[in-house]
Amino acid sequence: MATDNLADKIPDFNSSGGSQSSGGPVDVSAIAGIRRAKGIKEIASVVALAIVVVTLLEFILIWTNTEAYVFPKPTSIIQSLFTDFSTLYWKPLTQTVQTFFMGLIIGSTIGLALAVLVTLKPGLDIFISPYIIILVTTPMVALIPFLMLKFGFGMTPRVIAISLATGPMVMINSATGFRRTNAELIALGKSYGATEFQLFRKIRFPFALPMIIVGFMVGSIFGLLTAVGAEMVGGGMGLGNRLIYFSSLVQMSQFGAVLVIVATFGVGIYSFFTFINRKYASWDV
Amino acid sequence: MWGPEEEQFKSYFPIGQRNGNQGRALVAQTTRIEITNVSKIYQTETKTVEAVKNFSESVKDGEFVCVVGASGCGKTTLLWCLSGLHPATSGTVHIDGELLTKPLPDRIGMVFQDSNLLPWRTLMENIELPFQIKKKPVNRELVDELLEVAGLKGFENSYPGELSGGMKQRGSIVRALAQDPEVLLMDEPFGALDAFTREEMNLFLLKVWERTKKTIVFVTHSISEAIFLADRVWVMSPRPGRLSRIVDVDFARPRHIDLQFEPDFIEILKSIREDVEGSKSGKGK
Repeated sequence: MATDNLADKIPDFNSSGGSQSSGGPVDVSAIAGIRRAKGIKEIASVVALAIVVVTLLEFILIWTNTEAYVFPKPTSIIQSLFTDFSTLYWKPLTQTVQTFFMGLIIGSTIGLALAVLVTLKPGLDIFISPYIIILVTTPMVALIPFLMLKFGFGMTPRVIAISLATGPMVMINSATGFRRTNAELIALGKSYGATEFQLFRKIRFPFALPMIIVGFMVGSIFGLLTAVGAEMVGGGMGLGNRLIYFSSLVQMSQFGAVLVIVATFGVGIYSFFTFINRKYASWDV
Repeated sequence: MWGPEEEQFKSYFPIGQRNGNQGRALVAQTTRIEITNVSKIYQTETKTVEAVKNFSESVKDGEFVCVVGASGCGKTTLLWCLSGLHPATSGTVHIDGELLTKPLPDRIGMVFQDSNLLPWRTLMENIELPFQIKKKPVNRELVDELLEVAGLKGFENSYPGELSGGMKQRGSIVRALAQDPEVLLMDEPFGALDAFTREEMNLFLLKVWERTKKTIVFVTHSISEAIFLADRVWVMSPRPGRLSRIVDVDFARPRHIDLQFEPDFIEILKSIREDVEGSKSGKGK
């Protein structure tokens, strides 16, 4: 709330340096800035190490005579991924992806809208934030049984849960980004006669963009968690349901294959937003 | 660095009208800024701060006024009252006889301690920002000329992160001057720069000022910078901030950087310094 309404607050007279301002609102490097492998050599060595680890795992499992129901061999998982993909995994994958994106779109739209509202009307903040905090801290999977009683076993309860998981994350991060906008930048805009909308479009939004992207990234990961978790609770659809199904039949290769698909999806979300951050908010990094 | 060629200015800035002090004496008759009994009180949750008290003075057209004083003496607050961004708690400010109630984007330009160039915009896009806010076409001729004077030709497409501190600050001055305001309010604009860059910037500013006839109010904590630049220096004493002394500085213009080693210069420096020190340690008056 510190940046808004310049009129009646004490400006920071003694901020000497002033050199830090070109930075963005937060240091997101912990999430967004893990160093990327560069050059063919580095990439090749990273891939080579991964192959070594998987191969080693395979041989350990062979040497120790571990049964498949205790720990499936990497080769059997890979084999299952290739042979059974269209028959066993494709449909549940599309179901999960579909609910995930519907939830993400609905949740993030509402979250972003609330963030804008709270920024423009700082007084609303105290009324909205308690609910947001409750939503962020409560695992939304816990709502699924209740929602299923109300909305049945279709997509609806899961989409609601995913929206509730992603929206608050997007909202908190975006609102923080909007608010942390340098007070002098706002003053600059105002001194040129900018309207509140212009301030938003030209200064606040671009300034907050790195944080909004992080909000989307964290929100999406929460959303995926909720999506898979919700499918495990009930409803007979999606990858989460397959995890329960295959483990109850002790088909651990298939179980492993589903797990790999879920993990790939998660990494895909991370990579996508990292890419977006690098492309559209590179001034921050 | 920005070339001494007088010709650069001839298309836009009228030269010859003001050569040194004689020329200006003719112009500097009308009052540009009239400050009457301005007080500014800040309310915080814990205390009330009387930042400026009963400040009355005026600035003539084309005059260069510097405001100095100890840290926290209210000089920045005063400047913000003049900008229309922070309305005075009591008292009035008139710009050209018109009561100031809100920012006047076409008449007043502001330059802050930080360059406040938006890091996601190139230098040229930053200079274009005020035009976009005002929905006016960019004055290419003037912008070109200013960039030339500021030694920023060829850097139009650079991002602020790629520019040095001095270049960024010159960029922000260009951004303000491109609006062709009558009054330029500068809030410790060179405070974050190193000593050498600062000297360069002072010369640059004087050069621009001597040709553009802007009225400048310049807040600084460097007394020598104030004497070097100003026609008049306002010395402020802290808590509550009030005008304790006005010093006329009539060294001939254009001023040379070696002026600061002249005995007269040092004498003024000493006396203002005593004032500022005295007001700080001796409980004010």
